[in-house]
Amino acid sequence: MTSVTMTVNGKSVSGDVEGRTLLVQFLRDDLKLTGTHVGCDTSQCGACQVHVDGKAVKACTMLAAEADGADVKTIEGMANADGSLSVIQQAFQDHHGLQCGFCTPGMVMTAAALLKENPKPTEAEVRHYLEGNICRCTGYHNIVKAILAASGQEVTQIAAE
Amino acid sequence: MHNFEFVKPGTISDAVAALGGEEAQALGGGQTLLPTMKQRLAAPTTLVSLSGVGEMVGVCTNDAGEICIGGATTHAQVQAETASSYPGLSGLAGQIGDPAVRNRGTIGGSLANNDPAACYPSAALGSGATIVTNTREIAADDYFQGMFTTALDEGEIVTEVRFPVPMAANYQKFVQPASRFALTGVFVAKYASGVRVAVTGASENGVFRWSEAEAALSSSFTADAVKDLSVPADGMIGDLHGTPDYRAHLVKVMTGRAVTAAQ
Ligand SMILES: Cc1cc2nc3c(=O)[nH]c(=O)nc-3n(C[C@H](O)[C@H](O)[C@H](O)COP(=O)(O)OP(=O)(O)OC[C@H]3O[C@@H](n4cnc5c(N)ncnc54)[C@H](O)[C@@H]3O)c2cc1C
Ligand code: FES
Ligand code: FES
Repeated sequence: MTSVTMTVNGKSVSGDVEGRTLLVQFLRDDLKLTGTHVGCDTSQCGACQVHVDGKAVKACTMLAAEADGADVKTIEGMANADGSLSVIQQAFQDHHGLQCGFCTPGMVMTAAALLKENPKPTEAEVRHYLEGNICRCTGYHNIVKAILAASGQEVTQIAAE
Repeated sequence: MHNFEFVKPGTISDAVAALGGEEAQALGGGQTLLPTMKQRLAAPTTLVSLSGVGEMVGVCTNDAGEICIGGATTHAQVQAETASSYPGLSGLAGQIGDPAVRNRGTIGGSLANNDPAACYPSAALGSGATIVTNTREIAADDYFQGMFTTALDEGEIVTEVRFPVPMAANYQKFVQPASRFALTGVFVAKYASGVRVAVTGASENGVFRWSEAEAALSSSFTADAVKDLSVPADGMIGDLHGTPDYRAHLVKVMTGRAVTAAQ
């Protein structure tokens, strides 16, 4: 066992982990932050995406030990301080960007990373950035709409292809 | 995944020493190795993380004008930091996998793995790059030795990759959408000494140079110059996603597109 210390959603946390403990296991099993989902466990679906030092990563494909000393943000850290939904989360609700909701934590974390890098993305840029996030329900259009709306752009123009 | 001891050295020499241990293996971004270990296709007893080796992270230009990329530099960092100095390379890095893969995966890990459908091997071979390890410098032409096979010895690590900067270059990737790897990808680079064309995703022997196209493009750098050439389907990969004939055809089409895009 190695001991790790990291900041998760603004709070310092520590724990003992095995070498093989994945970041997503540490978050879900040890910290009980079960908002981060495991859809595939094979780096394909993006449901497990969190931010590590501000960058979107798949928490199922990163060792907890690699995150020692890092600043981690999960879906639980996305709401505003008063508990209301963040702009991106609210946009997902307003534009029906989710159905079963399984992919949503990863979608929201990816969207947040995109809008930080590129505050006014085009529709094509949003779709390209979502390449690592799989949704089996929505058909993506409403997710793309929600992200464009969260960036403050007009969304009525998006055609359902 | 079987358990292992995790170590994170801070220097190349400490990393090399740790890799000297029994069944120790290097960990780059883990984007290939961790899934492999989950399937128990690899089970090292010690994983030596290279992410803390500061001297292996970053992009710079050396006195010879080559772009030097540390072996533990992520795809995202290469994409961002070569955008103006080597746009063809930056464009390739930005097409690897997806943003999360690019934020963890490293150039050294990709070149060490030498997946037959990976993107970087085509840039390294197509640029005539030099692969620098803890013990030597290896020319790209000698480095790639077939599917998942390289000139690297046991415990040897890629510390840096040096790319001579071409006058024009472009990478065209025909994406296999399920894996996000290249079904076939072609990297074309035009140097004063001639044009290099490197093909990934197509051959059962991994990345290769298409010499007929190189000769034709060195006399005329236009998509038309390759129009009447053909690549033999012999030795091309055939799988669920494409037959050998289909891949051979893609090699030519993607080469033409890369030349046009490089103009
Ligand atoms: C969903 C998904 C999509 C992907 N799509 C693409 C794609 O489109 N194109 C593409 O090219 N790749 C793709 N990849 C692979 C990705 O680029 C990996 O990052 C890369 O192949 C391996 O790099 P890594 O740093 O993650 O290495 P690791 O997984 O950590 O290691 C891979 C191998 O290299 C060894 N190694 C690591 N670093 C070094 C070093 N510096 N020196 C010597 N040996 C080393 C390890 O011991 C191991 O054997 C994809 C991966 C995923 C999960
Ligand atoms: S659970 Fe991590 S990518 Fe699917
Ligand atoms: S809403 Fe069900 S998987 Fe996306």
